[in-house]
Amino acid sequence: FAGLADVSISEDIPVEGEITVPVGSRSPDEDYSTLDEPVRDTIMRDLKAVGKKFVHVMYPKKSSALLRDWDLWGPLVLCVSLALMLQGGSADSKDDGGPQFAEVFVIIWFGAVVITLNSKLLGGTISFFQSLCVLGYCVLPLTVAMLVCRLVLLAGSGTVSFIIRLIVVAAMFGWSTLASTAFLADSQPPNRKALVVYPIFLFYFVISWMILTFTPQ
Amino acid sequence: IACLVMYLFTEFDDAANLLAANPDATTISIDEPVEIPKNQHGRLQEPGREEDDELLGTDDSDKTELLAGQKKSAPFWTFEYYQTFFDVDTYQVLDRIKGSVFPVPGKNFVRLYIRSNPDLYGPFWICATLVFTIAVSGNLSNFFIHLGKPTYHYVPEFRKVSIAATTIYAYAWLVPLALWGFLMWRNSKVMNIVSYSFLEIVCVYGYSLFVYIPTAILWIIPQKVVRWVLVMFSLCLSGSVLVMTFWPAVRDDNRRIALATVGTIVVLHALLAVGCLAYFFDAPELDFPAPIIPVHNGTTVITKSQ
Repeated sequence: FAGLADVSISEDIPVEGEITVPVGSRSPDEDYSTLDEPVRDTIMRDLKAVGKKFVHVMYPKKSSALLRDWDLWGPLVLCVSLALMLQGGSADSKDDGGPQFAEVFVIIWFGAVVITLNSKLLGGTISFFQSLCVLGYCVLPLTVAMLVCRLVLLAGSGTVSFIIRLIVVAAMFGWSTLASTAFLADSQPPNRKALVVYPIFLFYFVISWMILTFTPQ
Repeated sequence: IACLVMYLFTEFDDAANLLAANPDATTISIDEPVEIPKNQHGRLQEPGREEDDELLGTDDSDKTELLAGQKKSAPFWTFEYYQTFFDVDTYQVLDRIKGSVFPVPGKNFVRLYIRSNPDLYGPFWICATLVFTIAVSGNLSNFFIHLGKPTYHYVPEFRKVSIAATTIYAYAWLVPLALWGFLMWRNSKVMNIVSYSFLEIVCVYGYSLFVYIPTAILWIIPQKVVRWVLVMFSLCLSGSVLVMTFWPAVRDDNRRIALATVGTIVVLHALLAVGCLAYFFDAPELDFPAPIIPVHNGTTVITKSQ
């Protein structure tokens, strides 16, 4: 080791450099605190997000916007409005009337949760809340159908009105199912797609049945 | 020790005789490790063993049995544990449904289709479909029966959905639980060749309910004769699936108990069908519904026929 005695770190050579970690350009969100903005901006941002998703549902394309930025405001609004519109049905005897508000609410949310669990158990890669978001938003065509049905029932409740309601509800049911499968089918393993799509079909069928059998008092 | 050695030799003799008589038995015993100790019952098992050969699927049962030991190893509080119950593809579910609707005489549904891969997808969604089918069909059928009567006002009868759901899910889960407990108890007393796990029993019951779905849709037809023919037909189909599944599990037992068990299974199944028909579907009237005829002296005559 004699030769190494000559090697020493001389104090003359300065050790210099920068040890700071290079930070990327600061993202605009960091400087943008949402605490100081007016309330109207906050509300409008969320409303715009919800509205954009409504548009996505009505014209379903293979876009991931619905899945990426999930929110549950839209499904809540749709569910509550659908449940409210299903009230006021015939309730001659307490046992034979239409579904109560709580029943509609429970069916929609519990049904969506069960379908999500089903698709996850079958090996789907979608996250829990994303799936709830999609299923909830795809209730929009059926809510529109309910609105149309109530308007048609104001005009009359004969056979003609029934046929119109049947056509409208059937069309919206098909639209809902197609829209939700367009969003959800890609995240499923390919040999189990039908197993995942069938419960969605059943779910929207039950909601359509509730809408179609709505009879005003 | 000499006695022990002699006992072992006789055992080997029996096994050697069995193997000599039926060389295929070796393959079977490797495939079904649970059945090796049962060989000691001796020659009497041979006809039963051959029948079980047919009941077992001959393809990829090796793989299934080997893999069966590796499944369900996750602890029950993890999500992966429950994923093992949904490890089925579309074609497998469709095959199982087909097997429940077209029961082949002599073929055991569990051995042929389930093969140590019981799933919960089929039972759960078949029950859900059945619940809504019965509720919707009952509602439609009542609507058509009472259509045209001046006093009739359509009601959706939504309460009946929850009643249907409770009944059908209770049947599909509690009866298998009771049956499994009963079979376990008998198994401790009598050595059976065939024993089923709880999930396999739930699976058989779930898939056997499938044939009631088209039956419920056809019950909309408001003819009593048609409805009862449908009840008999569907009961035969799904009842035979259940009987062919559970008969091998009880036939080694006391004759009376075996017959009583199978009889109870069929009776409960029939009760479900008849109960649903009676509760959800109003009785159709054989003749045209007669209007209320006011008679001269003021009394009204209402003719109604059941």
